[in-house]
Amino acid sequence: MAVQINLKELSKKELMLSPGHRLCAGCTAPIIAKMVLLAAADYPVVANSPTGCLEVSTCISDYTAWKVPWIHTAFENAGATLSGVETMYRAWKRKGKIDKEVKFIAIGGDGGTYDIGLQSLSGAMERGHDLLYVCYDNGAYMNTGIQRSSATPLGADTTTSPAGTAVPGKVQRRKDLTRIMAAHNIPYAAQAAPSHWQDFLKKVKKALEIKGPKFINVISPCNRGWRSRLDDAIQLSRLAVQTCYWPLYEVAEGATKVTYKPREKKPIEEFLKVQGRFKHLFTPENEWIIKKFQQDIDQEWERLLQEESQSS
Amino acid sequence: MKPEGWRDLTPGAVILDAGNAREVKTGTWRTVDKPVFKEEHCSNCMLCWLFCPDMAVIVKDGKMVGFDYEYCKGCGICAFECPGKKGQKAIFMEEEKK
Ligand SMILES: Cc1ncc(C[n+]2csc(CCOP(=O)(O)OP(=O)(O)O)c2C)c(N)n1
Ligand code: SF4
Ligand code: SF4
Ligand code: SF4
Ligand SMILES: [Mg+2]
Repeated sequence: MAVQINLKELSKKELMLSPGHRLCAGCTAPIIAKMVLLAAADYPVVANSPTGCLEVSTCISDYTAWKVPWIHTAFENAGATLSGVETMYRAWKRKGKIDKEVKFIAIGGDGGTYDIGLQSLSGAMERGHDLLYVCYDNGAYMNTGIQRSSATPLGADTTTSPAGTAVPGKVQRRKDLTRIMAAHNIPYAAQAAPSHWQDFLKKVKKALEIKGPKFINVISPCNRGWRSRLDDAIQLSRLAVQTCYWPLYEVAEGATKVTYKPREKKPIEEFLKVQGRFKHLFTPENEWIIKKFQQDIDQEWERLLQEESQSS
Repeated sequence: MKPEGWRDLTPGAVILDAGNAREVKTGTWRTVDKPVFKEEHCSNCMLCWLFCPDMAVIVKDGKMVGFDYEYCKGCGICAFECPGKKGQKAIFMEEEKK
């Protein structure tokens, strides 16, 4: 992969997300947005976000935290909006109205990406627009009060999958969106985590150098919805990676590469036990959910390693 | 600046002052603790600067110099993640005196 990123040098760049946004204390979404913009610092960028915590809280009328041109987009159409802008840009380029190398980046939540925005995202990918879509996955519709999404993990307590006597939290396992994106046969699809920032920034940089549609899925701990501490967002991201709940990998031109392999896979309990949304799983009657959770992880990790060995 | 009414809005309600959210001083959100910097334990790794969700770590010429309490929401991520020097953190959380 690309050369190591030097943080000291990077810290001399201007941050393109301002303070004063209204995301919760300790939220990961602005950390992810800030990192994406840092990795894109060498280009003029046009960004957009579908409705969700990041979009709502960075642009409360009449203030914006975005220092790059950024479009406030409806919940379901980030992919379509950015496709349109990118198409206009290409037309202008053809007519000689603009000659800058502009990069187009969408940053949306899991609800806006896995669920309601999936068809517009799929369309953008299939049509081959030259853009990067980054999903910050906090595993629920956080902005409207922690409703389950198709990204919500098995067993998680949310307001629409409430853990109690009727259901033990969410009864379905999560959708694997990164694979769905890779199945579009786009030139680049990847998974990243802010705790592993070097890997994450390199992936963004690499994606921006590739022409065509790119997708990066990033885990985004949310202390409100995950019922976790205010200060451990990065630690939770780290645990997600170390337990292989959130494998770091990329699929570039069809070749799968696992970009981080933990020396020892931590048991999933380490990730679950520090989050209130999984508290009810640590009882004899719900033990099976933790077992199933671990099985799903092991299976997916094996599959991924196999896919990698077949692509090299 | 806040528009007085709809007549003051730009076409498309475009905000022309990029990053004007800086006018909103979110430091008032801190409820319990604030981060305190101990320079002698700092290795200038810049992780606090990278991880702060509120762009409240002040860095000058590759050196960490302190916090911007006008914006810091007191989450404690910087203190949690600070590796410091020789096992001593350069950031700790301290109860805020109001
Ligand atoms: C068409 C439509 N339906 C519902 C809403 C209400 N709504 C706003 S944000 C949101 C949840 C966003 O969830 P996600 O994309 O996961 O982002 P998060 O808030 O979790 O960061 C919902 C349901 C909306 N804005 N538009
Ligand atoms: S609810 Fe979660 S995702 Fe939304 S701003 Fe708060 S911490 Fe961030
Ligand atoms: S994280 Fe700690 S050691 Fe690193 S720059 Fe910040 S204060 Fe210094
Ligand atoms: S406590 Fe949180 S908001 Fe304040 S400087 Fe540290 S990381 Fe930033
Ligand atoms: Mg979400």
